[in-house]
Amino acid sequence: MSTLTRIGRTFRRTAIQAVPTVLGIVILNFFLLQLAPGDAADVMAGEAGSATVETMAALRQRFGLDNPLLVQLFNYLYNLAHFSLGFSPRYGMPVADLIGQRLPGTLLLMAVALTIAIALGLVLGSLMAVFSGRLPDRLLSVVSLLFYSIPGFWIGLMLIVLFSVKLGWLPSGGSGTIGSNLTGLAGLWDKVRYMILPALSLALFYVAIYARLTRAAMLEVQSQDYVRTAAAKGLSPTVITIRHVLRNALIPITTMAGMHVGGMLGGAVVVETVYSWPGLGRLAFEAVMGRDFTVLLGILLLSSLLVIVANATVDLLHAWLDPRIGVR
Amino acid sequence: MATPLLRVDNLTVRFPTTEPVSRLSFEVGEGETLAIVGESGSGKSLTALALMQLLPRSAKIPNGRIEFAGRDLLGLDQKAMRNLRGREIAMIFQEPMTSLNPVLTIGRQITEVLTLHEGIRGKAARARAMELLSLVRIPDPQRRIDDYPHQLSGGMRQRVMIAIAVACRPRLLFADEPTTALDVTIQAQVLDLLDTLRRELSMAVVLITHDLGVVAQWADKVVVMYAGRKVEQALPGALFRTPLHPYTRGLLAASPRLKTNLHYRDARLTEIPGSIVSAAGERGCPFRPRCAVARDSCAHFVPDLVEVSEDRLVACPYSFIPEVAHGVALGL
Repeated sequence: MSTLTRIGRTFRRTAIQAVPTVLGIVILNFFLLQLAPGDAADVMAGEAGSATVETMAALRQRFGLDNPLLVQLFNYLYNLAHFSLGFSPRYGMPVADLIGQRLPGTLLLMAVALTIAIALGLVLGSLMAVFSGRLPDRLLSVVSLLFYSIPGFWIGLMLIVLFSVKLGWLPSGGSGTIGSNLTGLAGLWDKVRYMILPALSLALFYVAIYARLTRAAMLEVQSQDYVRTAAAKGLSPTVITIRHVLRNALIPITTMAGMHVGGMLGGAVVVETVYSWPGLGRLAFEAVMGRDFTVLLGILLLSSLLVIVANATVDLLHAWLDPRIGVR
Repeated sequence: MATPLLRVDNLTVRFPTTEPVSRLSFEVGEGETLAIVGESGSGKSLTALALMQLLPRSAKIPNGRIEFAGRDLLGLDQKAMRNLRGREIAMIFQEPMTSLNPVLTIGRQITEVLTLHEGIRGKAARARAMELLSLVRIPDPQRRIDDYPHQLSGGMRQRVMIAIAVACRPRLLFADEPTTALDVTIQAQVLDLLDTLRRELSMAVVLITHDLGVVAQWADKVVVMYAGRKVEQALPGALFRTPLHPYTRGLLAASPRLKTNLHYRDARLTEIPGSIVSAAGERGCPFRPRCAVARDSCAHFVPDLVEVSEDRLVACPYSFIPEVAHGVALGL
């Protein structure tokens, strides 16, 4: 089967499965969010400091919050069917625009963090596997255990203390120097400086997971007969590791990475808050605090789509990595 | 006599607690097939791995000498040894099902060795790989070359392993139980193929097996191993006519033969009592606990190999006494 038909098939299957999944997620989340006390009108009234019963009723009526629950759900789904994510009462703008503003920041942060995590995890894991049972392996095991058990927000705060406050090397928050108008390489460097700390704090936990996973997978593959065959061919240990061991060991790692895309979005909420990074995670946090359920539903919908896309990508990656895995 | 292609002298393989191969010596001539027989655990496979220097890290070779085409293999550094592996000394393994990398096409796995040792790449390497596939009698090589191992049967995979092994026309091939995992009908085909290739490419073959039928048909010379030692060496004809060592006799008596005991109703198929024991910490002859003709003196020393006649060595001082030979033949 050619690669293109494989990709086409996976894509079609994913698309067909995505519709009921997304619908289920939206409906379930809609009812779950209703369990939270208060609504957007309550919060806005609270923030304003004074509100009459009439203005509250007017607010609710304007955003359709006074309709019965099922009517509200129906309205939301009706909008969705017309490719609209609704209107945010709190921000006073369409949810799609709001998410559109924040999405690139989060995607960038997640992509960078995931890349760091996988790259660093593979390198550390390979080192641990090569030196298994000896000192480098033990040391790295302790380090990865630390990364694994320390919560991300604490790592984030400590990194700020060290690199921003004490050393003054890196900015402590934000996503770029305001009003700097840098372009080209200087502009890119500016962005990178703001990216390093949040991406690192998001990545370290996953570095630990991938390092341990890589170690285990590589040790298992190393004892396989075909690795001995490769040695009998006269290949050097480096070539054997890269060409014969690593590729086979990558299969469990890609599985985990796919699952982590969803988890990372959750981690991004914390990290984005710590670093005041203008991303989706912080928007979600603000939406919860403001009871802005339309925004929250939009974000949940989007993240479920993200997870579905990530899973499909992993499926394709698997089929590419291991020819025995056919696309069903 | 010309210098042999491979000369193994007093080879010992030691793990921290055991010594699975001890003071093993044998020679393989240019283009010759040497069979090493023995039951599981007798150190056959470890011998082959030691000669390829592919032993696990915990294994040590405290003494011995391996001479291949005049070079001392144990004195070579890693790089020089890698240069020999796959080019001049090749090896095929017992398990064709797991010996090929599942995520690479067989073409890729064959061309890999060609690129490494002969610098052939791209189209030329592919063409050569296809030649090799037809050399090992794989039908339709144009189509098969892009197959993955899981798309091939066990016999086909072993043929691919053979193609990889002979890709650079090695002078010596180790075949470690190449047919054990295969169907009986395929076994003969694969062994015939190996024998044909041996003649076509004029390479020597060290055939490691526990199948005495294989030995009778394909070997030029036989080494019988027990608990890491050579207990008998003979030409196959002589070995089957007059086995000397009690272990060899036991092995022969335990395998069905056309004339006498092809079926259990024709004659009794005897067994060698007990099981192979670790040679560690044992004094005396390692076969003593299972030997039908053991004497008290067997517990005190390890019998030396004695040259009985030309090409004939045996490590049992009692193997020539007629009544002992008779007793073993009766299965006493």
